[in-house]
Amino acid sequence: MGEEYILQVKDLHTSFFTDSGEVRAVNGVTFNLAPGKILGIVGESGSGKSVTAYSIMGILASTGRIMSGEVLYKGQDITKFDKKQMKNFRGKCCSIIFQDPMTSLNPVFTIGNQLMEAILLHTDKDKKQAKERAIEMLELVGVNEPAKRIRQYPHELSGGMRQRVMIAMALACEPDILIADEPTTALDVTIQAQILELMQELQKKLGMAIIMVTHDLGVIADMCDEIIVMYGGRVCERGTAEDIFYRPAHEYTKGLLRSIPKADGSKERLVPIAGTPINLLNMPKGCAFCARCDEAMKICLTEVPPQVQMPDGHYASCWLAYRDLAVAQEKGAQG
Amino acid sequence: MSSGYLIEVEDLKQYFPVKTGFFRTTPLKAVDGVTFKIKPGETLGLVGESGCGKTTVGRSILRLYEPTAGTVKFNGEEITEKNIAVHRKDMQMVFQDPYSSLNPRMTVEDIIGEPLDVHKLYANKKERREKILALMELVGLNAEHATRYAHEFSGGQRQRIGIARALAVDPKFIVCDEAVSALDVSIQAQVINMFEDLQQKLGVAYLFIAHDLLVVRHISNRIAVMYLGKVVEIGDADEVYEHPIHPYTESLLSAVPIPDPITARQNRRIVLSGDVPSPMHMPTGCAFRTRCRFATDKCAEECPALADKGGGHFAACHNR
Repeated sequence: MGEEYILQVKDLHTSFFTDSGEVRAVNGVTFNLAPGKILGIVGESGSGKSVTAYSIMGILASTGRIMSGEVLYKGQDITKFDKKQMKNFRGKCCSIIFQDPMTSLNPVFTIGNQLMEAILLHTDKDKKQAKERAIEMLELVGVNEPAKRIRQYPHELSGGMRQRVMIAMALACEPDILIADEPTTALDVTIQAQILELMQELQKKLGMAIIMVTHDLGVIADMCDEIIVMYGGRVCERGTAEDIFYRPAHEYTKGLLRSIPKADGSKERLVPIAGTPINLLNMPKGCAFCARCDEAMKICLTEVPPQVQMPDGHYASCWLAYRDLAVAQEKGAQG
Repeated sequence: MSSGYLIEVEDLKQYFPVKTGFFRTTPLKAVDGVTFKIKPGETLGLVGESGCGKTTVGRSILRLYEPTAGTVKFNGEEITEKNIAVHRKDMQMVFQDPYSSLNPRMTVEDIIGEPLDVHKLYANKKERREKILALMELVGLNAEHATRYAHEFSGGQRQRIGIARALAVDPKFIVCDEAVSALDVSIQAQVINMFEDLQQKLGVAYLFIAHDLLVVRHISNRIAVMYLGKVVEIGDADEVYEHPIHPYTESLLSAVPIPDPITARQNRRIVLSGDVPSPMHMPTGCAFRTRCRFATDKCAEECPALADKGGGHFAACHNR
């Protein structure tokens, strides 16, 4: 049963304990990832998308803790892993690449040194074999003159090249899952196109699953099979790319799509979402989005909306969708 | 005297000296001969990748840098070191980062009031206060926020404070340097709408510098594309987007991720190979030839000039 998915996240809660109190960054996130699929997590800053990714990798800051929930990798709960098991899991089973390729590489070691570290740690290759593997990986990600590059330091490479090196590092031990946390946000559009193209190509070649964390709806539409929309640490909506973009059910998703300029160049006025993003220290009792929602009802203020399955099969957590569905069912029963 | 243009930039050059040896400095050509004009109440979008000089253009126009060569005219009058103090009242700037562009030790009232103080635009304290409150209302801030400090606001609200500060002196022209880039999508839309409303209400012209091409197309009447210090294409916004002439514009536009799954999957990206060359070691001839699909020998010898390709759509390319 669990074999169907390579990763299952069930009702994950992650909190940070700060001087001003408990910050509930992730409040019950649930999703499944099938092998070889690309899953997108989209949301604005503070929506908990990165924290979800870090929780899976077990790389939360020291103030952060997974409060409850399960993260099942091939059926095993990794939240119960000890340090050694976790070390094995990272890199070998699941890798991550970060937003900023400038700061996520160590400036005092050569590219080759950093690439070989992961290989030596997770495989029984010796130094010479590891070096060969490093060169092979650099070639795979499209770095020219790899034999020369492995002797260079990060500052000698451009931003796009550094992100390629990061990808090579992450994939060196052939993980089943690659988490990409805003992998192209710091890059220019033409370099972004190169990296996205590369990721799609490698995904086809190596067959790993990718979790793509981003705020860019364009990148999501382009890359992902399945999408999760997050707001205030909760999942608003979960479905295929078509579901989310053509049949959005949650008011937040609808609002997001209305607030980006159309690609066809129509000068239609944008419809922004009113108000400001939620303060995680001061979460409302009900739906996290209700303060900014035009359609908010009484119940939205007091009760957290349940997850409802829409007629087309995708999920939304919204009282409005719940009501509409109930009305439709009633009509169906009467008719 | 009046040519009908508010801003005329003529062959603007901005070189920065870079130490390349113990005694030697080499000029870094951040902006190398840029020419464009902006009409009153118009928005010119300026796009390009990081390091192409788009921010430097904005800053040189406002004389935050002393240009190496070239002229900038405001309402037909050339801006010089002598009269810039007067013209600062007509030309303002909104910065990218709403976190670092506001002084954390000043209240909102003082931030917005500072330009009024500098240009002595009020007779008494009461008038100053009234003007500040009117500006706050204009950008959608509550009057009760006047005594608060910048850190008490969210990113979108801070950008509103920055915009109110720019509007305080009643300018005719505002340089928006990545003014919405640091904001979340839902907040970005609020600020973009506000820019549009203010333009309608006050008739102010914008030079809108940004790297988000969809946003730029949405807000701009005309668009200029820059590559390594030069404008390679300029024209009507829709015309440039629908029928790009320069190969760089073409690939830049094809690289934009489209927020629509079906179109995005059909879209054929023209992926450029390699990186932008260093402006310290500029290629000879056309700067783009090292990454261009159509490059010929001529491109290496001669730098193409901006030429009218019909209907006010200019591009700098030998082969198109």
